[in-house]
Formats: sequence, C-alpha cells, structure tokens
Amino acid sequence: MSLAESVASRGTLSKYTHRKLVDRVVRALCVLFTVIAIIPLFSVLWYVLVRGIGGINLDFFTELPKPVGEVGGGMGNAVVGTLKLVALAGLFGIPPGVLAGVYLAEFGNTKFGGAVRFAADVMSGVPSITVGLFVYSLVVVTTKHFSAMAGGIALAILMLPMVTRTTEELLKLVPESLREAALGLGVPKWRATLRVMLRTALPGIAVGIMLSVARVAGETAPLLFTAFSNRFWSTGVNEPTASLSVNIYTNAVSPYEDWHRQAWAAALVLLLTVLVLNISARFLVRTRVRAR
Amino acid sequence: MNIDLSPGIAKKAPQKKQADTEPSAAETQPLPEKAKVPDMDAATAPSPEIASRPRWDEVSVSQIVPKMKAEDLHASFGSSEVIKGISLPIAEKLVTAIIGPSGCGKSTFIRCLNRMHEVVSGATTRGKVFLDKQDIYDRDVDPVRVRGRVGMVFQKPNPFPTMSIRDNVLAGLRLNGIKPKDPDGQVEKALRQVALWDEVKDRLAKAGTSLSGGQQQRLCIARALALEPEVLLMDEPCSALDPIATARVEELIHELREHYTIVIVTHNMQQAARVANFTAFFYLGQLVEYNRTQVIFTRPKEQRTEDYITGRFG
Repeated sequence: MSLAESVASRGTLSKYTHRKLVDRVVRALCVLFTVIAIIPLFSVLWYVLVRGIGGINLDFFTELPKPVGEVGGGMGNAVVGTLKLVALAGLFGIPPGVLAGVYLAEFGNTKFGGAVRFAADVMSGVPSITVGLFVYSLVVVTTKHFSAMAGGIALAILMLPMVTRTTEELLKLVPESLREAALGLGVPKWRATLRVMLRTALPGIAVGIMLSVARVAGETAPLLFTAFSNRFWSTGVNEPTASLSVNIYTNAVSPYEDWHRQAWAAALVLLLTVLVLNISARFLVRTRVRAR
Repeated sequence: MNIDLSPGIAKKAPQKKQADTEPSAAETQPLPEKAKVPDMDAATAPSPEIASRPRWDEVSVSQIVPKMKAEDLHASFGSSEVIKGISLPIAEKLVTAIIGPSGCGKSTFIRCLNRMHEVVSGATTRGKVFLDKQDIYDRDVDPVRVRGRVGMVFQKPNPFPTMSIRDNVLAGLRLNGIKPKDPDGQVEKALRQVALWDEVKDRLAKAGTSLSGGQQQRLCIARALALEPEVLLMDEPCSALDPIATARVEELIHELREHYTIVIVTHNMQQAARVANFTAFFYLGQLVEYNRTQVIFTRPKEQRTEDYITGRFG
C-alpha cells in the first residue's frame, strides 16, 4: 500500500459531515434530558407557590390552628416549633460534628479514623424514619412522652454525618504550609489546629452547616414519633411540638378544605426557608472566593 | 590557621562557570558592596560582643563557638533514612549555609534543628542536637518550646490568610497566648528589621496575603523574628522569589546575623557564597565537607564537593 493510499484509508474528508451530525444529535439529547430533569423542580416550585400563596397572611405566622369546622387560624406554633427543633438539632449536631471532623482531618489516618469515616458515610444514607424509630425507642419510650427534645435529637443525628464530613473535607483543603507556619512559631498543635486550620476553613464549614440545617429543616419522618405534633403553643423542650413539616402531613391527609389550604401555605414557607438557606450559603461561598 | 588566597584568585573559578549557566541575583541586580563580598562584611559595624571574638574569617571549623550542634544525627521517613549520621556545629551569630543536590537531606536536617521533622507522620530521628548545652531531643524537652527559640522560615511564603499584616507579625505571640505588651512597637520593630515597614506602614490592616511574594516572605521572617528567637532556620527562603526580592532577603540576612544565629538551606550556590560564613556540603544524607564558605568555594578538599560546585552534577 502506498503512503497516499494508507492516508486515504483513514477516512475520507466527507466523514466530517457525519461527525457533525452525531454531535448535533447527542447534544440535542443532552439538552432534552436536562430540561426533563429540571421540569419537576420548577413545577414543584411553581405549584407550591400558586397553591400556597393564598394561605400566607399574618395570621398564618401568629395564630394557632382553629378547631375543626372553623375557618381561619394559622400555624404560628408550627413555625416556632420548626425553629425550635432546628435550633436543638444545631445545638446537639454541630459541635460534635465539627469536632469529629477535626479529629478525622487531623488524626484520622488510623484504622479507627477509617471506621469513623465509613460509619459517617453509612449514617448519611440511613433512611430518616429509621433515625426517628431509634430516637423513639431511646428517648420517647424512656421519658414516656413525645418532646421537642426527642425531635431535636433525631434531627441532630441526621445532621451529624453531614457536618462531620464537610468539616473534614474543608480542613483538608487548608494548605499544610499554614500548619507548619504555626508549629514553626512554637504554637502547640491543638492551638494551631483551632486558631489557624479551623479558622481558615471556617467560612466553608459555615456553608456546609447551613446546607445541613436546610436539609433537616424539611424532615418529616423522624419527627412523626419524636416531636409528634401539637395543636397549641408548646413551652420548653419537654412537650410535644408542632412543626411545619409534620403539619403539612396531618393537614394534607385531613378531609377539610381549609386545612389543605394551610398545608400548602406551610409547604411554601418551608420551601422558601430552605431555598433562602441554600442561596445564602452559595452567596457566602461566592463572596469568599471573590475576596481571595 | 589558613592564610587564604583572596577570593579573586579562585583555583578553578567555579563561580564564574556557574554564572554562565545560571544567571542569578548577583548578575541581574546590583547588590550593595557588602553583599557581593561577604568576607569583608564582618568588619562593618560589628556589635561589641562580636568584636570581642576572633574575627570569624580567621576562625577555622574546629574553633567554632557553637550555638547549636548536631551529633551523629540520623533522620528517617518510615524505613528510609535520609540523614545518615551527621555531626555539625553551628556557629553563633554567623550564617551557616547548607548546600547539596536535591534529596541530599538539607531540608530534613534543618527541620531536625527545631524538631519540625517529627511533625510529619512516620518521621523519626536518632542522635543528639544541642542548643547551647541542652540536648533538644532529650526526653523531657518540649518540642514546642524548642520551636519558640529556634524559629523557621519556609520555602514558600506562608502568611496566615485570615490575618492582617499586623496580626501576622503578632501571630507568634498571640497564638502562644502571650498578650503583646506594646503591639504597635513590636510590629514596627519586626517590620523594620525586615525592611518592610516603609512599604506596608499605611496598610497594616490589609490581608498578609495581599502582598507580593517577596514582601510575603519578609513578612514571614518578621513574624518569626517577633518571637525573638535565638536561631533562625531558613529553608530555601528565596526559591519562590524573583531576583530583586532575593537580593532584599539576602541583604536582610546580612543585617540579621548581628543578632541571630542563621542556618540557611539553599540550592543556589552563589547565594551561599554571598551570605554564608560557613558552608556545609551534604550528599546522600551525609556531610561531605564543612568549612569556611570561602574555602569550600575556592579550595574544596573533597572531590565530590568540587564536582558539585563546579556544576559537574546536581
């Protein structure tokens, strides 16, 4: 075969048209499926907005639910309840999560560290209702009543692996040279870790924490038999407590039109809260990157 | 006692040869006179303490007054030994350079001098290192305290990104829980020592990382000096800097040696020739030759040293 022949056998120039065609088809398919993937997201947003906006008024945030048959009232207790549950979850979930993350990043190159990391990964895949059952048998059964405390603990358990792994990953992104700089100045390792490494990673860790808060704020299953629900204001952390997510469930399965309307409003409030948390977390990351 | 040839009558003119292959600060940047001829430098404004000692350029290695001293030092990463029994006295308030090809253990050696070597997991040491009369590897010595007395400047400038210029200078004190008595004065003093004060005095609140590379490195030196260490270890402090910044740091080393004992690791042999009083040549984890810089670069005793400084390998 002559050189010219062998070159020609690699393909004629006209193949280019064919390749362009394949390129177009595949690209079109990608766009199509992307659109299909986005449609549910936007329709949920749109549908909840349309159905929920009518139920949003001042009463929704300040009033208690009205008894069956009476129109009006609100979900003030559930709004406060959700805030309370998330606060408790943060209280129980963030400090141990951050410290566990520090442990994994600083001393985690051991078998034990590997086991902890694996456990955290498995834990973040555990169905949330399982966590609810666990806390039910551990807290609710022993204290003999539903409580905000039990709900907070359940949410904290859900947050824990997320916070731990985010903290670890972000600490590992801090350049080792900064630790050396601190140690080289005669700073003890624990202080170097806290005041240099953790301090440098803090903005990123804060974003991770906000995202995990957003995630647990909308959880329903683990609250069903821990915080349970409440038609009235609850004080303290030892009473059953209403939450937006559980109220959405109970209202939605009720036969009353007015309750349905309020369930949609609650869904909208919850959705917007999660959205705001997500967007502000992203915003925080972006401003941080720009500041560099 | 050696009566030296003047530096101009170098046996093999090794410095000229390298200048051809590796243009460095000396060629591109006019240095102050003293930077070019380190040998004359001891005569310029010595402190009374130094003046009372024999002139350093008349001191031979055996007469060194050691501030630090390594004795049969071994250092390993896991099972591979990178320092294979080095004994080396470090002269007080003078500059000691450590040269040698990549991987010869230069950096590891000086990291052993303030117990930074063991920070890496799997890293171990054997042997003794004396700081004054104290073996810093003694069982009851706290490595953290050693690092307070033996400061370190790293290869890449590493100011703390979350801190301002001012806070970076004070970081060594604050991170150690010491409240600076006169923070403004201490910041100014440290920054003046590294000739950075005039460049940054109007923006002390800006981030330390907003400075240029050379400024960042001088900031890191100021940060180390603010702790008033006795010894300053410099691990290739100029390798990430341009020739102008390199010249500034070298000038700085000349000024600092009045107050500090300095050990500098360098890849750049001209730099060793410019700044160091004594030079040690390391090869494959061993000390091949240690002598006054001038002797090392003009009349090395060992063939390997000569081969290295004339650019035959490394």
